[in-house]
Amino acid sequence: MLAGIYGLVSASFFVVMDAVDVAFTEASVGAGISTLLMLTTVAMTERTEREARHKPLLAFIVVFITGIFLLYGTFDMPYFGSVDAPSHNHVGPRYTLDSMNEIGIPNMVTSVLASYRGFDTFGEVTVIFTAGIGVLALLGVVRRPEDNSVIEAVNDSMHEQHLILRIIIKILIPFILLYAFYVQFHGDFGPGGGFQAGVIFAAGIILYSMLFGLNIALRVIKQPVVQLLSAIGVLMYGSVGVVSILNGGSFLEYAVLSDDPISGQHLGILLIELGVGLTVASVMIIIYFSFSGRSEYRQSKEGTSL
Amino acid sequence: MIIAATLAILVVMVLAIIRGVVGPSLYDRILAVNMFGTKTVLLISLLGFVMGRPEFLDIAMLYALINFISVIGVLRLSDAFDLEHNGQAVEPIKRDL
Amino acid sequence: MDTFLTYTSSLCLFFGAFLCLSGGIGILRFPDFYTRMHAVGVTDTLATAMILIGLMLQNPETLVIIKLIFILLMTLFISPAASHALAQAAVRNNLTPLLNLGKSAIETNIPGGDKSSKS
Repeated sequence: MLAGIYGLVSASFFVVMDAVDVAFTEASVGAGISTLLMLTTVAMTERTEREARHKPLLAFIVVFITGIFLLYGTFDMPYFGSVDAPSHNHVGPRYTLDSMNEIGIPNMVTSVLASYRGFDTFGEVTVIFTAGIGVLALLGVVRRPEDNSVIEAVNDSMHEQHLILRIIIKILIPFILLYAFYVQFHGDFGPGGGFQAGVIFAAGIILYSMLFGLNIALRVIKQPVVQLLSAIGVLMYGSVGVVSILNGGSFLEYAVLSDDPISGQHLGILLIELGVGLTVASVMIIIYFSFSGRSEYRQSKEGTSL
Repeated sequence: MIIAATLAILVVMVLAIIRGVVGPSLYDRILAVNMFGTKTVLLISLLGFVMGRPEFLDIAMLYALINFISVIGVLRLSDAFDLEHNGQAVEPIKRDL
Repeated sequence: MDTFLTYTSSLCLFFGAFLCLSGGIGILRFPDFYTRMHAVGVTDTLATAMILIGLMLQNPETLVIIKLIFILLMTLFISPAASHALAQAAVRNNLTPLLNLGKSAIETNIPGGDKSSKS
């Protein structure tokens, strides 16, 4: 929880420095989702470590060598904040001066993220998708039917304990989801964009799942659908790039997507932000459901109640 | 006047952190973090007005939601698991339904 | 009209800041968790309402006023619910309140059960 305070202080710091999008992302990810997932992880761990079944020596060697290469790569980078760094002299002025003419949306951060550096963002979305796949590979638990009845009985008995909270969040959750859509589509004009919107949407679903129990949440948001949606998000991003190639430009060149270059940019940014939002929301939901399902499975074996 | 209110809220945030560090039980700390969160919402709104950029209100709204979700998360998990590491099992109070 | 709005908004901001400060002092000085939670929960909500109303009166732009109204409504929903959840969790986990009845200082308080007093 105190780590959540750190996320908050960073967000306020970014606000003071006038970096609104970064503050937005820090508040939603650093103070929101990180706290929840860290708490779920802490709750899942036990007092003593279980015996490792294999010696991970090969993995250790691979990680070590990758780390050495990464460190070697940092020797070429300019000093942090130095005046004659290439990012300040060549690309920075080009982005800030030409962004309004070439892309035409008021929020410069979104234009850099989605259009000038669209390929980097594609990499980020793929990394998030890979994280989701990793969690599913490690923690995917098949729920047997006899576990379900124990968990459902516990959830029913909890209904009266949490009655007030359940009613209040039934009123709040549509608002949270609507706010996520607002942030997604308003990313062109104000702070926002795909990443923040995905996190807010996932936070709403996680709130629902925390108070109503995992079973009911799984009935509302079916896990195969969510897994499919996460893949569709990355696919949408890649398809925009491929369609640009088919239309005669290079990969992720939005200007050829429609007759007018500026409206092509708008269309491209809209579609890729949609893809980003879908993937981020789905992966966060998958991670939470996997953690929570794992801890419920462990608890139903021990006989305590969640 | 807005600047005076901002300074007052900063003072209150420091007080909340003191309680969060000192507070003897887990729930004192959760209370302090919750209070810190609501004061941050106010701080961001006021800063938005001081610096003349009303876009900060989006962040304030987001922060109110995230704060609520975090507090509910901590409470739900502290019900079922022993977050204080006192070594005692946590049993919900049985009620007649 | 302008000066009236400015004065009212300054008054609301002052009142809100005063409530915030009193809540902050309360969280440090009160003797027990439940009393601290009462101080924080009450003053948080009202101070937020006052400060947001004060900000609303300062800026007549429509979109800003609508956003401030949303934040206010959300806080009015969220803050009491969070206080309720916190108090309920504390009671459920047997955090005893500080009761001062005569000679004995602390009593166990089982909800719904009989109060036993030690003499």
